[in-house]
Amino acid sequence: MDQALDILLQTSFWVAAVRIASPLIFATMGELICERAGVLNLGIEGIMTVGAFAGWFTVYSGGDLWAGVLVAAIAGACFGLLHGTLTVPLGLSQHVVGIGITLFATSLTYFTYRLALPEVTTPPKIVPFQPLPIPGLSSIPILGEALFSQTPLTYLAFATVAIVAWMLYRTPIGLALRAAGENPAAVEAQGISVTGVRIGAVMVGSALMAVGGAFLTMSAFNSFFFEMINGRGWICIALVVFGSWRPGKALLGAILFAAFDAYQIRLQQLSGGVVPYQVFLMMPYALSILALILVARRATYPRALMIPYQKGER
Amino acid sequence: MTLPDAYVLRLSGITKRFGPLVANDAISFELKRGEVIALLGENGAGKTTLMNILFGHYVADEGTVEVMGKKLAPGDPRAALDAGVGMVHQHFTLAENMTVLENIALGTQSPWKIRLDRVAARRRIGKLSSDFGLALDPDATVASLSVGERQRVEILKALYRDARILILDEPTAVLTPSETDALFRTLKLLVAQGLSIIFISHKLHEVMAVSDRVLVLRAGRLAGERATEGSSRSELAALMVGQHVASPTVGEPKTGSVLLELKNVSTSGQGSSTRLDDVSLVLRAGEITGLAGVSGNGQATLAALIAGTLKPSSGQMAISGAQVADWTPRAALSRGIGRIPEDRHAVGTIGDMSVTENVISERYGTPRFSRRGFLDWRAARNFAEEIIRDYDVKCPSPEARIRLLSGGNMQKLILGRALDADPVIILANQPTRGLDVGAVAFVHRRLLEARERGAAILLISEDLEEVLTLSDRILVMSKGRLSSPSKRGERSIRELGELMAGQGEAA
Amino acid sequence: MRLEPKPAPSLGVTLLFPVVAIAATLVFASLLVLAAGASPFSVFYLVAKGAAGSQFAILETLTRATPLIFTGLAVAVAFRAKLWNIGAEAQLYIGGVVTVVLGTGALPLPAIVLVPLILVASMVAGALLLAGPAVLKTRFGVDEVVTTLLLNFIVVLFVSMLLEGVLKDPMGLGWPQSQRVIADAQLPRLIQGKRLHFGFVIAVVAAVVTWVIMKKTVLGYEMRAVGHNPEAARFAGIPVNRVLMKTALLSGGLAALAGFSEVAGLKGNLTLDLSPGYGYTGIVVAMLAMLNPLGVIAAAIFVAGIFVGADAMSRTAGVPSYIAQVMVATALLTMVTAILLTRYRVRWK
Repeated sequence: MDQALDILLQTSFWVAAVRIASPLIFATMGELICERAGVLNLGIEGIMTVGAFAGWFTVYSGGDLWAGVLVAAIAGACFGLLHGTLTVPLGLSQHVVGIGITLFATSLTYFTYRLALPEVTTPPKIVPFQPLPIPGLSSIPILGEALFSQTPLTYLAFATVAIVAWMLYRTPIGLALRAAGENPAAVEAQGISVTGVRIGAVMVGSALMAVGGAFLTMSAFNSFFFEMINGRGWICIALVVFGSWRPGKALLGAILFAAFDAYQIRLQQLSGGVVPYQVFLMMPYALSILALILVARRATYPRALMIPYQKGER
Repeated sequence: MTLPDAYVLRLSGITKRFGPLVANDAISFELKRGEVIALLGENGAGKTTLMNILFGHYVADEGTVEVMGKKLAPGDPRAALDAGVGMVHQHFTLAENMTVLENIALGTQSPWKIRLDRVAARRRIGKLSSDFGLALDPDATVASLSVGERQRVEILKALYRDARILILDEPTAVLTPSETDALFRTLKLLVAQGLSIIFISHKLHEVMAVSDRVLVLRAGRLAGERATEGSSRSELAALMVGQHVASPTVGEPKTGSVLLELKNVSTSGQGSSTRLDDVSLVLRAGEITGLAGVSGNGQATLAALIAGTLKPSSGQMAISGAQVADWTPRAALSRGIGRIPEDRHAVGTIGDMSVTENVISERYGTPRFSRRGFLDWRAARNFAEEIIRDYDVKCPSPEARIRLLSGGNMQKLILGRALDADPVIILANQPTRGLDVGAVAFVHRRLLEARERGAAILLISEDLEEVLTLSDRILVMSKGRLSSPSKRGERSIRELGELMAGQGEAA
Repeated sequence: MRLEPKPAPSLGVTLLFPVVAIAATLVFASLLVLAAGASPFSVFYLVAKGAAGSQFAILETLTRATPLIFTGLAVAVAFRAKLWNIGAEAQLYIGGVVTVVLGTGALPLPAIVLVPLILVASMVAGALLLAGPAVLKTRFGVDEVVTTLLLNFIVVLFVSMLLEGVLKDPMGLGWPQSQRVIADAQLPRLIQGKRLHFGFVIAVVAAVVTWVIMKKTVLGYEMRAVGHNPEAARFAGIPVNRVLMKTALLSGGLAALAGFSEVAGLKGNLTLDLSPGYGYTGIVVAMLAMLNPLGVIAAAIFVAGIFVGADAMSRTAGVPSYIAQVMVATALLTMVTAILLTRYRVRWK
């Protein structure tokens, strides 16, 4: 029992928690932007797959790491454009299209991977982002090391939260975005195109999801393999609900979740095989469901979430 | 000035079709600076469509709109806003989770600005508020505002963008008489500042009170144009309705026993709807009880209660003297309540299902339409054909999706569904809203027939004229409470207005 | 741009748009084939030949279609009531688990009793698995999309745990697989020596029964009403939550039959690769069939044909067999767009 508690005092535990949280933060922010504009993006799992591959493949083909991040983001935005076109002006079911985008993006990625690397059996590795300790701050015990000796992509993840929060609450465009998710008629009556705002939000959101996927190949596993997203996208959707559609709360949720995930891995090692390892692996998914149940009653959804809007309709 | 004349707005030959329906038929008119035009017409006459074209929500099939002598790009609200046209929509276009300031500033600053300039926005809102008597807290969340306050936000939105032409679509439908007076005072101030106003209404007395000129729309056409001064209500009414419609003759009621009784009923809060507060109500056989009130004062909650979709949290409810226990829509139906819901699209019908499937929706489980879990489609189709015939419903076939029917035909179908089983109690919630004159008369006739037959009818309507014409007894609802009943002609319109505003005994 | 409802489309239009959708899918797939350096025509020829070019190919396609009919039906039923069951994968595995638990000798019963018993038991298990998310949806307002998706991962891990634990085959040389089901628990082959089994017949019967339920019964009517407009359904006195629960039970049960049929009819035992995503592909099948249960049979055979054909093609033409998944996903997106266009007219102004 003591050992189980000791884990919480280990620096490596907190470092791992922040690292595990990073891709979730990107993707959660991406989903949050989409949903705040009124579009549920179930393409998230597939778009993360695309991002993971696009980023990794750019670097594998000799590109710069940041170029990889950019390519991932652009690829994600393209799938966002497809999702947005189908769900916003055409008003197709966001559930069906989202699942369709996930299947489409995932299979297209696998196809491309096989095409690009026909003979490979072990996934090739790239040189990933390296930790970049921030002088001074990183020497603070535990917290400093956990937060300030990470890779640049992790810093970017945290910066993204601040940027998204600022964008949503402090800028004219954030105003339009939030209104589009609450009452699109309000947006149109003020001379702004609801379609434009929503498609834009889905594209930007999808770009962030793809960067989240790219984190896995460029800052965690260093290579691309099949089914590597492994439900992280779905977990992010739960995190958005858990975070009540607010960037700060969603960040907190992602870190809590990641800490739990890091904890169960260590607990699993401690348990010495008495409890089957699958039980530990189930925990993140079970926890996500539990979180949804806890907040479902008092969740205040964006009112126009999943409701297509037609011009002139009120 | 390059203006060829003093007109700020000119519509020429506006025509708009929705499928076979011609909503606007070659409509032309001009609006002068500082003028108030009233656009008068029945529900469905094409007023809102016309204004939606002007504001760019719709694109006209033919015709042009000129503002200040310049042609307005069609189909673009932004162009209309930039040209100085502001619109206060009938259903407010506000994001409830945002503040007054945010709603007003929405779309007024460059989207690429890194920071919304709240200071300047606040200053400007403050000035406009005090200039025009539109007091508001800019930091209040819209969700916390009353209906009247929300309308002020809408007007401020237009003024904030320097609107020179203000369109108000049925602005008084949701206001109490005193709020209406305040609105009219504001409009006077605006006109004094040189704004021009288009005021859409179907209420004659308001039109007479605020406008300089009246345009009457009927069935999509401009039926007439009159200077308000020198015209009369009866003249306008005749223009509006076209053919003379005899108001239904309502004979003396043959009042029978009490069929439905609510005793001190209250409901708990359900979303944003108004709660009922200690409501007592008696519906008698052979009587139409009219419920008047400004919308949003609890009528919807009372309707939900009688329809069975809501349970009372306290108090008693009895039907034909028997206490009601387990209260659901099914229970309501089996106790003989016929229900005409307020919103025929969202609640009354299932748009993507056929006419046949819709007419059996309240009774598919009865032996007439199903046996051992299997539906008898032949019986269902026969029933649909029966209703189509008896209620004069125009539809391509019983298999057509009900979405394709016009509002009037949809309502006739709902009426048929509700009345076919000869219900003892009838809930008619806004039964004629948005219908043309013929359909309104049809609905009224059927309700009066049911009254003759001995049904107890609760008529809920925002149209005071309708309530006054049909009701044997009138109740007024305000803030979730009911006034005492009054017999036909017992209270004056003025007294009823005071009750609607929550003054007098009900408050 | 606006969408306006069209009057009931003629049969020609109804059929034209799916054809256009399939054509668009083929065009897109051709681009991928060209990118892979092969000729689209020869590749599609090889796919078609691999799917239907011989008795072997046709039987293989029907065999592959069997689980897809079940999962397609499960999705079609659920989506009709707008219950977003994305968890057919999990329900399939649970069906497989029940089949090996009961079918590996625990019940010494004759085949005529044992097989129906296992069939019903797997349906019950799948139904109960979906009942969880359905209760969470109706009682607590938890979105079932996310819960059913997450349950897929939980159930696969659960199966993995069983296969390395209590269900592990002692003779399996350490592989995570179950014992084989006994002969009395197996579904017979339809043709001696071929892989097509009795599960296909059960699937077709299930489709017909589901069609009858949807078209002819009170329950089917209620499900459609709830799916199209829950508020109006509630107002009309339809018990919306109860209907959703019944839908969940039916849908989960149908999906579980896929697992039962794969284990008892084809594989003989339970492994972690029982399903290469049949649960997710079922969504495509259901949408291609426009949620019509009889259409599901055709759609499942079509999709199975693409998979079987692409496998055969990739062995000879060198185009990755993932092209099949891409085509199926593309078909889903083009198909939902096509269905929309049969019902609404797009006006650009």
